[in-house]
Amino acid sequence: MNPSDTSHSAGESVVSTITIEIVVAVALTIFGVVVAYTSYQLGAGWTSDGPGAGYFPFYVGLLICIAGIGVMVQTILNKDNKDDAFVDREQLRRVLSVLIPALVYVGAVQIFGLYVASAVYIALFMVILGKYTWLKSSVISLAVIVLFFLMFEVWFKVPLYKGSINLLGFLGY
Amino acid sequence: MEEISALFHGFSVIMTPMNMLLMFVGIILGVLIGVLPGLGGANGVAILLPLTFTMSPTSAIIMLSCIYWGALFGGAITSILFNIPGEPWSVATTFDGYPMAQNGRAGEALTAAFTSSFVGAFVAVVMITFLAPLVAKFALKFGPPEYFAVYLLTFCSFVGMGKGSPFKILASMALGFALAAVGMDTVTGQLRLTFGSTELMRGFDFLIAVIGLFGIGEILISMEEGLAFSGKSAKIDVKVVFQTWKKLPKYWATSIRSSLIGIWMGITPGGATPASFMSYGIAKKMSRDGSKFGTGQMEGVVAPETAAHAAGTSALLPMLALGIPGSPTAAVLLGGLLIWGLQPGPLLFVEQKDFVWGLIASMYLGNIVGLIVVLTTVPLFASILRIPFSIIAPVIIVICAIGAYTVHNAMLDVWFMLGFGVIGYIFKKLDYPLAPLVLALVLGDKAEDSFRQAMLVSQGELSIMWANPLVGSITTLAFVLLLWPIISKVLALVMPKREAQFPTERPVD
Repeated sequence: MNPSDTSHSAGESVVSTITIEIVVAVALTIFGVVVAYTSYQLGAGWTSDGPGAGYFPFYVGLLICIAGIGVMVQTILNKDNKDDAFVDREQLRRVLSVLIPALVYVGAVQIFGLYVASAVYIALFMVILGKYTWLKSSVISLAVIVLFFLMFEVWFKVPLYKGSINLLGFLGY
Repeated sequence: MEEISALFHGFSVIMTPMNMLLMFVGIILGVLIGVLPGLGGANGVAILLPLTFTMSPTSAIIMLSCIYWGALFGGAITSILFNIPGEPWSVATTFDGYPMAQNGRAGEALTAAFTSSFVGAFVAVVMITFLAPLVAKFALKFGPPEYFAVYLLTFCSFVGMGKGSPFKILASMALGFALAAVGMDTVTGQLRLTFGSTELMRGFDFLIAVIGLFGIGEILISMEEGLAFSGKSAKIDVKVVFQTWKKLPKYWATSIRSSLIGIWMGITPGGATPASFMSYGIAKKMSRDGSKFGTGQMEGVVAPETAAHAAGTSALLPMLALGIPGSPTAAVLLGGLLIWGLQPGPLLFVEQKDFVWGLIASMYLGNIVGLIVVLTTVPLFASILRIPFSIIAPVIIVICAIGAYTVHNAMLDVWFMLGFGVIGYIFKKLDYPLAPLVLALVLGDKAEDSFRQAMLVSQGELSIMWANPLVGSITTLAFVLLLWPIISKVLALVMPKREAQFPTERPVD
């Protein structure tokens, strides 16, 4: 999949592919340095009984650095797709409209447990992004969650996270 | 014919009503996973893995491998009817499959796709039946240096055989290694790369990475494209099936060639996706109707589907015989083996005969069941795709969260899953391959262990990697593959326009 293939007719570019490419390469290189440095501190040499704990990760860190720098050089040398958009405004909006609710959802799971948070999440997603009526959304999300509940807690006996405020405690599971 | 009797023993193990039921459930779940965006073979199996913890290992592997077959079949449905590849390995199927559907030959295209999937898988299973025990017997002689050499070969062949920038493959792989190193060091007991966090002591589980990278990442990609499904409807009746079956023998050469490509790419960790592309490309070059490819040629459906399924199946061979998975999904199945208390590797064939031959027998049966199920239920699965994305997307994210949580019953893993999702999205857009990351994450610790053991044996002399002809040739081969991008360029200069025509015939085994 070449990023330049995706249609980006709608909206202007937010950030170019080349920028993201370099940002990722730099991030990789920094990560590589961190890995190599901490491993070096652990002991990247030979101990009396063979390679130390940091020996392998140290070279892995170096490899990441090499790869990061390699990607960077390749990106800079290859000037063909300089103006390609990584995402345009419309695409970014769509992606964030999934990503941000997902973050909020995982936060809610932490507090209210998987079942309650998931039911609310599916319903809200349908109402806000899918423009469904409240009734339809609630019915569908409840049906899905009840199915999951039966499948995990009852049939396969795999308990799921109940959260720090367990609203479903009365069910006894 | 020891293998044949062992195989029949395998059939007797799996022919219980419960196992047959699990097989059907697995296939149907698998097709469902294959059809839905964001759920694929690897993360689908990863998410459903916890459900099998209470089953016997044989039943569990039957269900999970059937999910995998189902997913392989399912990918073709969306490619042909909706021009949306449900799985990466069915991208090449869209080239000719969708035009066929547009010409009103959807039924034919689907039948051709399913049947060639079946053929590819069947050839690969036959190969596994006879080759896997041999490889396992051979591998019993392996010591740590040999194992490390095989790991090295696996990783080097990613760099050598992969498409795209070798640096990106290297980056993805090394990132996997680094994540694998996080946590307690198994040899010295020291904490590595935890940065003082007790939660990180557990390390990163590759199942979390698989669910995030492939699941959440895929959802973000689909969302960006603003999916509006507008598909062709399809009905398959008996007449169309038989008509198509009558035409298929004509493409026997393509089928055989594609199966071989698939098997080769599956055993080496090339994977199903490049296998399908390579097979399509070669079929286009070799076919008399090559110029018409892309306009709805049945041969253009047969080639990628056969190769993808053959590759997907033969990826299980190194997993079973050596304990080294050939694809992310095989890696997840390998993770399953460990959880059920089985030690993957050559000893499996000696100590767990029921399990191994049960699995191989279930590959035969599962593919037959799969073929029947998909041929009869296509309209049902096609209608699932008409469920709006705004219902499917949150449900899939919930499923991913459940899957990530159940691996270790840890909420932090769910956060990591989201993080991996973002990485997956960015990596996919920038053409970083994800499979090397996952396999490095799975195999990192093991590769390191075997390296350290080898070094202990040799007192730190790297020359042990060339100590005997076996380990020496594997190691040398690994370096040849690692440097293949450079070697092939040099070769191209020396012998213009000769190589790369038939990459399957590279003298590497």
